[in-house]
Amino acid sequence: MRLTYLQKILWAAAALASLAFGAWQFAGARAPSGVDEAPFRPTFALPDAEGQMRTPADFAGKYLLVFFGFTNCPDVCPTTLAEVAQIMDDLGAQSVEVQPLFISIDPERDRALGLAEFTAAFHPSIIGLAGEGAQTRAAANSFHIFFEREDDVTAPDGYSMSHSPALYLIGPDGDWLRQFTYGTPAAEILDDLQSRL
Amino acid sequence: MKITVFTALILTLASPTLACETVTSGEMTIENAWSRATIGANRPAVFYVAITNAGSSGDALIGIATPAASMPMLHQTVVTEDIASMPHAMSIPIAAGQSVQLAPGGYHGMLMGLTEALKVGDNFPMTLTFQNAGDITINVEVLSIRAEGPDCESDGQ
Ligand SMILES: [Cu+2]
Repeated sequence: MRLTYLQKILWAAAALASLAFGAWQFAGARAPSGVDEAPFRPTFALPDAEGQMRTPADFAGKYLLVFFGFTNCPDVCPTTLAEVAQIMDDLGAQSVEVQPLFISIDPERDRALGLAEFTAAFHPSIIGLAGEGAQTRAAANSFHIFFEREDDVTAPDGYSMSHSPALYLIGPDGDWLRQFTYGTPAAEILDDLQSRL
Repeated sequence: MKITVFTALILTLASPTLACETVTSGEMTIENAWSRATIGANRPAVFYVAITNAGSSGDALIGIATPAASMPMLHQTVVTEDIASMPHAMSIPIAAGQSVQLAPGGYHGMLMGLTEALKVGDNFPMTLTFQNAGDITINVEVLSIRAEGPDCESDGQ
Protein backbone atom coordinates (compact mmCIF):
# COMPACT_ATOMS: atom_id res chain seq x y z
CA MET A 1 0.00 0.00 0.00
CA ARG A 2 2.66 2.38 1.13
CA LEU A 3 4.95 1.30 -1.65
CA THR A 4 2.29 1.97 -4.26
CA TYR A 5 1.86 5.46 -2.85
CA LEU A 6 5.62 6.07 -3.03
CA GLN A 7 5.69 4.67 -6.57
CA LYS A 8 2.97 7.07 -7.57
CA ILE A 9 4.97 9.98 -6.22
CA LEU A 10 8.08 8.78 -7.99
CA TRP A 11 6.24 8.40 -11.24
CA ALA A 12 4.72 11.85 -10.87
CA ALA A 13 8.14 13.31 -10.11
CA ALA A 14 9.64 11.58 -13.12
CA ALA A 15 6.85 12.85 -15.35
CA LEU A 16 7.30 16.39 -14.02
CA ALA A 17 11.05 16.22 -14.51
CA SER A 18 10.76 15.09 -18.09
CA LEU A 19 8.17 17.80 -18.75
CA ALA A 20 10.48 20.42 -17.23
CA PHE A 21 13.40 19.07 -19.21
CA GLY A 22 11.37 19.25 -22.41
CA ALA A 23 10.29 22.81 -21.64
CA TRP A 24 13.87 23.79 -20.84
CA GLN A 25 15.12 22.29 -24.10
CA PHE A 26 12.35 23.96 -26.04
CA ALA A 27 13.07 27.36 -24.45
CA GLY A 28 16.80 26.90 -25.06
CA ALA A 29 16.40 25.99 -28.70
CA ARG A 30 14.03 28.85 -29.32
CA ALA A 31 15.88 31.50 -27.39
CA PRO A 32 17.88 33.33 -30.08
CA SER A 33 15.00 34.15 -32.38
CA GLY A 34 12.11 34.87 -30.02
CA VAL A 35 11.61 37.69 -27.55
CA ASP A 36 10.21 36.33 -24.28
CA GLU A 37 12.28 33.30 -23.43
CA ALA A 38 13.28 31.59 -20.25
CA PRO A 39 16.67 32.99 -19.20
CA PHE A 40 19.84 31.11 -19.96
CA ARG A 41 23.44 31.97 -19.28
CA PRO A 42 25.77 32.00 -22.25
CA THR A 43 29.37 31.44 -21.37
CA PHE A 44 32.81 31.72 -22.91
CA ALA A 45 36.45 31.30 -22.01
CA LEU A 46 38.52 33.17 -24.59
CA PRO A 47 41.79 35.09 -24.58
CA ASP A 48 41.77 38.83 -25.25
CA ALA A 49 44.30 40.54 -27.52
CA GLU A 50 46.93 40.41 -24.75
CA GLY A 51 46.39 36.69 -24.26
CA GLN A 52 44.60 37.06 -20.93
CA MET A 53 41.78 34.53 -20.52
CA ARG A 54 38.36 36.17 -20.14
CA THR A 55 35.14 34.61 -18.87
CA PRO A 56 31.74 36.12 -17.97
CA ALA A 57 32.88 36.19 -14.30
CA ASP A 58 35.35 38.98 -15.23
CA PHE A 59 32.42 41.21 -16.16
CA ALA A 60 29.98 40.31 -13.36
CA GLY A 61 27.80 43.29 -12.46
CA LYS A 62 28.00 44.79 -15.94
CA TYR A 63 25.76 44.54 -18.95
CA LEU A 64 27.51 42.86 -21.87
CA LEU A 65 26.92 43.83 -25.51
CA VAL A 66 28.28 40.88 -27.45
CA PHE A 67 28.94 40.76 -31.19
CA PHE A 68 30.40 37.83 -33.11
CA GLY A 69 32.31 38.77 -36.24
CA PHE A 70 35.63 38.87 -38.03
CA THR A 71 37.93 41.77 -38.79
CA ASN A 72 38.14 41.05 -42.53
CA CYS A 73 34.50 42.02 -42.84
CA PRO A 74 34.24 45.56 -44.27
CA ASP A 75 30.46 45.84 -44.50
CA VAL A 76 28.38 44.25 -41.73
CA CYS A 77 30.95 44.30 -38.91
CA PRO A 78 31.91 48.02 -39.06
CA THR A 79 28.25 48.96 -39.23
CA THR A 80 27.44 47.17 -35.98
CA LEU A 81 30.66 48.16 -34.20
CA ALA A 82 30.11 51.79 -35.21
CA GLU A 83 26.67 51.57 -33.59
CA VAL A 84 28.16 50.07 -30.44
CA ALA A 85 30.71 52.91 -30.37
CA GLN A 86 27.96 55.49 -30.74
CA ILE A 87 25.95 53.87 -27.94
CA MET A 88 28.97 53.91 -25.61
CA ASP A 89 29.56 57.60 -26.38
CA ASP A 90 25.90 58.45 -25.86
CA LEU A 91 25.69 56.56 -22.55
CA GLY A 92 28.15 59.05 -21.07
CA ALA A 93 28.85 58.31 -17.40
CA GLN A 94 26.60 55.23 -17.49
CA SER A 95 28.89 53.59 -20.02
CA VAL A 96 30.96 52.15 -17.13
CA GLU A 97 28.08 49.73 -16.55
CA VAL A 98 28.26 48.35 -20.09
CA GLN A 99 31.04 46.22 -21.57
CA PRO A 100 31.06 45.65 -25.34
CA LEU A 101 32.73 42.41 -26.49
CA PHE A 102 33.77 41.48 -30.02
CA ILE A 103 34.19 37.71 -30.29
CA SER A 104 36.17 36.66 -33.35
CA ILE A 105 34.79 33.73 -35.33
CA ASP A 106 37.94 33.84 -37.48
CA PRO A 107 40.42 33.91 -34.60
CA GLU A 108 43.60 32.72 -36.26
CA ARG A 109 43.52 35.30 -39.05
CA ASP A 110 42.25 38.03 -36.72
CA ARG A 111 45.10 37.51 -34.28
CA ALA A 112 47.55 37.74 -37.19
CA LEU A 113 45.92 40.91 -38.57
CA GLY A 114 45.66 42.55 -35.15
CA LEU A 115 42.58 42.37 -32.98
CA ALA A 116 43.25 45.24 -30.57
CA GLU A 117 43.86 47.89 -33.23
CA PHE A 118 40.65 46.83 -34.96
CA THR A 119 38.41 47.19 -31.88
CA ALA A 120 40.23 50.36 -30.79
CA ALA A 121 39.50 51.98 -34.15
CA PHE A 122 35.83 51.92 -33.20
CA HIS A 123 35.91 52.51 -29.46
CA PRO A 124 38.50 52.08 -26.70
CA SER A 125 35.96 50.31 -24.51
CA ILE A 126 35.46 47.37 -26.89
CA ILE A 127 37.34 44.22 -25.87
CA GLY A 128 38.18 41.78 -28.65
CA LEU A 129 38.35 38.06 -27.85
CA ALA A 130 39.95 35.46 -30.12
CA GLY A 131 40.49 31.91 -28.94
CA GLU A 132 41.23 28.56 -30.50
CA GLY A 133 38.74 26.86 -32.79
CA ALA A 134 37.14 24.69 -30.10
CA GLN A 135 36.85 27.58 -27.61
CA THR A 136 35.22 29.72 -30.30
CA ARG A 137 32.77 27.00 -31.26
CA ALA A 138 31.88 26.44 -27.59
CA ALA A 139 31.22 30.16 -27.06
CA ALA A 140 29.04 30.36 -30.18
CA ASN A 141 27.09 27.26 -29.14
CA SER A 142 26.42 28.69 -25.71
CA PHE A 143 24.99 31.84 -27.33
CA HIS A 144 23.03 29.54 -29.68
CA ILE A 145 24.55 31.23 -32.69
CA PHE A 146 25.82 29.92 -35.97
CA PHE A 147 28.93 30.60 -37.98
CA GLU A 148 30.78 28.81 -40.72
CA ARG A 149 33.73 29.14 -42.99
CA GLU A 150 32.84 29.30 -46.67
CA ASP A 151 35.44 28.52 -49.27
CA ASP A 152 35.44 31.28 -51.87
CA VAL A 153 38.26 31.57 -54.36
CA THR A 154 37.46 35.24 -54.89
CA ALA A 155 37.77 36.13 -51.18
CA PRO A 156 40.98 37.13 -49.39
CA ASP A 157 42.91 33.92 -48.44
CA GLY A 158 40.29 31.90 -50.33
CA TYR A 159 37.55 31.95 -47.72
CA SER A 160 34.94 34.10 -46.08
CA MET A 161 32.89 33.70 -42.93
CA SER A 162 29.13 33.70 -42.61
CA HIS A 163 27.83 34.44 -39.15
CA SER A 164 24.94 35.66 -37.00
CA PRO A 165 25.08 39.45 -37.27
CA ALA A 166 22.96 40.26 -34.20
CA LEU A 167 24.05 42.04 -31.04
CA TYR A 168 23.41 40.14 -27.79
CA LEU A 169 22.62 41.74 -24.45
CA ILE A 170 23.66 39.88 -21.31
CA GLY A 171 22.57 41.10 -17.87
CA PRO A 172 24.77 41.89 -14.85
CA ASP A 173 24.04 38.42 -13.40
CA GLY A 174 25.03 36.71 -16.65
CA ASP A 175 21.52 36.00 -17.91
CA TRP A 176 20.85 36.32 -21.62
CA LEU A 177 18.39 39.23 -21.90
CA ARG A 178 17.71 39.80 -25.57
CA GLN A 179 19.20 40.26 -29.01
CA PHE A 180 19.10 43.25 -31.32
CA THR A 181 18.81 42.12 -34.92
CA TYR A 182 21.23 43.52 -37.49
CA GLY A 183 20.23 47.05 -38.47
CA THR A 184 18.49 47.96 -35.20
CA PRO A 185 19.09 51.73 -34.92
CA ALA A 186 21.65 52.73 -32.28
CA ALA A 187 19.06 55.04 -30.67
CA GLU A 188 16.75 52.08 -30.05
CA ILE A 189 19.49 50.06 -28.38
CA LEU A 190 20.47 53.11 -26.34
CA ASP A 191 16.87 53.53 -25.13
CA ASP A 192 16.69 49.88 -24.13
CA LEU A 193 19.96 50.11 -22.20
CA GLN A 194 19.05 53.36 -20.48
CA SER A 195 15.75 51.86 -19.32
CA ARG A 196 17.74 49.12 -17.54
CA LEU A 197 20.57 51.19 -16.04
CA MET B 1 55.30 71.16 -42.82
CA LYS B 2 53.16 74.23 -43.13
CA ILE B 3 52.06 73.11 -46.58
CA THR B 4 51.13 69.64 -45.30
CA VAL B 5 48.97 71.10 -42.54
CA PHE B 6 47.42 73.50 -45.03
CA THR B 7 46.68 70.68 -47.50
CA ALA B 8 45.18 68.56 -44.74
CA LEU B 9 42.99 71.48 -43.75
CA ILE B 10 41.83 71.98 -47.33
CA LEU B 11 41.06 68.27 -47.63
CA THR B 12 39.10 68.33 -44.39
CA LEU B 13 37.14 71.37 -45.41
CA ALA B 14 36.52 69.98 -48.86
CA SER B 15 35.42 66.53 -47.76
CA PRO B 16 31.63 66.99 -47.58
CA THR B 17 31.62 68.39 -51.10
CA LEU B 18 33.76 65.60 -52.53
CA ALA B 19 31.64 62.83 -51.05
CA CYS B 20 28.61 64.53 -52.49
CA GLU B 21 29.97 64.72 -56.03
CA THR B 22 27.45 63.84 -58.72
CA VAL B 23 28.50 62.43 -62.09
CA THR B 24 25.98 62.11 -64.89
CA SER B 25 26.61 60.29 -68.13
CA GLY B 26 23.68 59.91 -70.51
CA GLU B 27 20.76 58.63 -68.45
CA MET B 28 22.94 57.34 -65.62
CA THR B 29 23.68 59.41 -62.53
CA ILE B 30 26.07 58.27 -59.81
CA GLU B 31 26.62 60.14 -56.56
CA ASN B 32 27.52 59.97 -52.87
CA ALA B 33 30.50 57.68 -53.41
CA TRP B 34 32.22 56.91 -50.13
CA SER B 35 34.42 54.41 -48.34
CA ARG B 36 35.61 53.75 -44.81
CA ALA B 37 39.12 54.30 -43.53
CA THR B 38 41.07 51.04 -43.11
CA ILE B 39 43.56 49.83 -40.54
CA GLY B 40 46.59 49.14 -42.68
CA ALA B 41 46.32 47.71 -46.18
CA ASN B 42 45.82 44.02 -45.35
CA ARG B 43 42.09 44.05 -44.80
CA PRO B 44 39.60 44.73 -47.60
CA ALA B 45 38.01 48.16 -47.86
CA VAL B 46 34.47 48.92 -48.90
CA PHE B 47 32.83 51.08 -51.57
CA TYR B 48 29.35 52.56 -51.45
CA VAL B 49 27.52 54.68 -54.04
CA ALA B 50 24.05 55.65 -55.25
CA ILE B 51 23.11 54.96 -58.88
CA THR B 52 20.08 56.30 -60.70
CA ASN B 53 18.97 55.17 -64.13
CA ALA B 54 16.72 57.88 -65.61
CA GLY B 55 16.47 56.03 -68.92
CA SER B 56 13.62 53.95 -70.27
CA SER B 57 15.57 50.71 -70.47
CA GLY B 58 17.21 48.67 -67.79
CA ASP B 59 20.96 48.50 -67.26
CA ALA B 60 23.30 46.70 -64.91
CA LEU B 61 26.49 47.45 -63.00
CA ILE B 62 28.84 44.68 -64.03
CA GLY B 63 32.20 45.71 -62.61
CA ILE B 64 34.31 48.23 -60.74
CA ALA B 65 37.96 49.22 -61.10
CA THR B 66 40.22 51.52 -59.13
CA PRO B 67 43.93 52.22 -58.73
CA ALA B 68 43.33 51.94 -54.96
CA ALA B 69 42.89 48.15 -55.05
CA SER B 70 44.11 45.30 -57.24
CA MET B 71 41.03 43.14 -56.73
CA PRO B 72 37.83 45.14 -56.45
CA MET B 73 34.67 43.12 -56.63
CA LEU B 74 30.92 43.55 -56.31
CA HIS B 75 29.38 41.84 -53.29
CA GLN B 76 25.97 41.56 -51.78
CA THR B 77 25.50 41.15 -48.05
CA VAL B 78 22.59 38.83 -47.50
CA VAL B 79 21.09 38.92 -44.02
CA THR B 80 18.48 36.32 -43.24
CA GLU B 81 16.99 35.93 -39.76
CA ASP B 82 20.08 34.50 -38.16
CA ILE B 83 22.91 34.63 -40.62
CA ALA B 84 24.83 37.15 -42.70
CA SER B 85 27.03 36.27 -45.65
CA MET B 86 28.39 38.26 -48.57
CA PRO B 87 28.42 36.41 -51.86
CA HIS B 88 29.96 37.81 -55.03
CA ALA B 89 27.37 39.71 -57.13
CA MET B 90 27.94 39.02 -60.83
CA SER B 91 25.92 42.07 -61.79
CA ILE B 92 23.64 44.54 -60.06
CA PRO B 93 20.49 45.33 -62.04
CA ILE B 94 19.57 49.01 -62.34
CA ALA B 95 16.02 48.99 -63.68
CA ALA B 96 14.66 51.81 -65.87
CA GLY B 97 13.69 54.82 -63.80
CA GLN B 98 15.06 53.26 -60.60
CA SER B 99 17.77 54.08 -58.05
CA VAL B 100 19.97 51.45 -56.49
CA GLN B 101 22.13 52.02 -53.43
CA LEU B 102 25.35 50.29 -52.69
CA ALA B 103 24.99 50.82 -48.93
CA PRO B 104 25.87 49.19 -45.58
CA GLY B 105 24.21 45.81 -45.19
CA GLY B 106 23.46 45.37 -48.89
CA TYR B 107 25.31 45.68 -52.17
CA HIS B 108 28.86 46.96 -51.77
CA GLY B 109 32.15 47.09 -53.57
CA MET B 110 34.71 44.92 -51.78
CA LEU B 111 38.17 46.38 -52.34
CA MET B 112 40.71 43.62 -51.88
CA GLY B 113 44.42 43.99 -52.46
CA LEU B 114 44.61 47.61 -51.29
CA THR B 115 47.50 49.58 -52.72
CA GLU B 116 47.81 51.41 -49.41
CA ALA B 117 45.78 52.07 -46.28
CA LEU B 118 42.80 54.39 -46.74
CA LYS B 119 42.84 57.37 -44.42
CA VAL B 120 40.06 59.75 -43.52
CA GLY B 121 40.05 62.62 -46.03
CA ASP B 122 41.72 60.60 -48.79
CA ASN B 123 39.89 60.21 -52.04
CA PHE B 124 40.41 57.90 -54.98
CA PRO B 125 38.77 57.39 -58.40
CA MET B 126 36.42 54.47 -59.02
CA THR B 127 35.32 53.45 -62.49
CA LEU B 128 31.94 51.76 -62.67
CA THR B 129 31.27 49.62 -65.72
CA PHE B 130 27.66 49.31 -66.87
CA GLN B 131 26.37 46.83 -69.39
CA ASN B 132 24.88 49.56 -71.58
CA ALA B 133 26.06 52.92 -70.24
CA GLY B 134 29.71 51.88 -70.35
CA ASP B 135 32.32 53.31 -67.98
CA ILE B 136 31.64 56.15 -65.54
CA THR B 137 34.28 57.38 -63.10
CA ILE B 138 33.59 59.07 -59.76
CA ASN B 139 35.72 60.27 -56.86
CA VAL B 140 35.33 58.25 -53.69
CA GLU B 141 35.68 60.04 -50.37
CA VAL B 142 37.20 58.14 -47.45
CA LEU B 143 35.18 58.72 -44.28
CA SER B 144 35.80 57.52 -40.73
CA ILE B 145 35.71 53.79 -40.00
CA ARG B 146 32.69 54.66 -37.83
CA ALA B 147 30.85 56.53 -40.62
CA GLU B 148 27.41 55.36 -41.66
CA GLY B 149 27.31 57.50 -44.78
CA PRO B 150 28.16 60.93 -46.16
CA ASP B 151 26.25 64.03 -45.13
CA CYS B 152 24.73 65.09 -48.43
CA GLU B 153 21.76 67.19 -49.44
CA SER B 154 20.25 64.41 -51.51
CA ASP B 155 19.00 61.21 -49.89
CA GLY B 156 21.95 59.28 -51.25
CA GLN B 157 22.34 57.20 -48.14
CU1 LIG C 1 32.06 42.03 -49.18
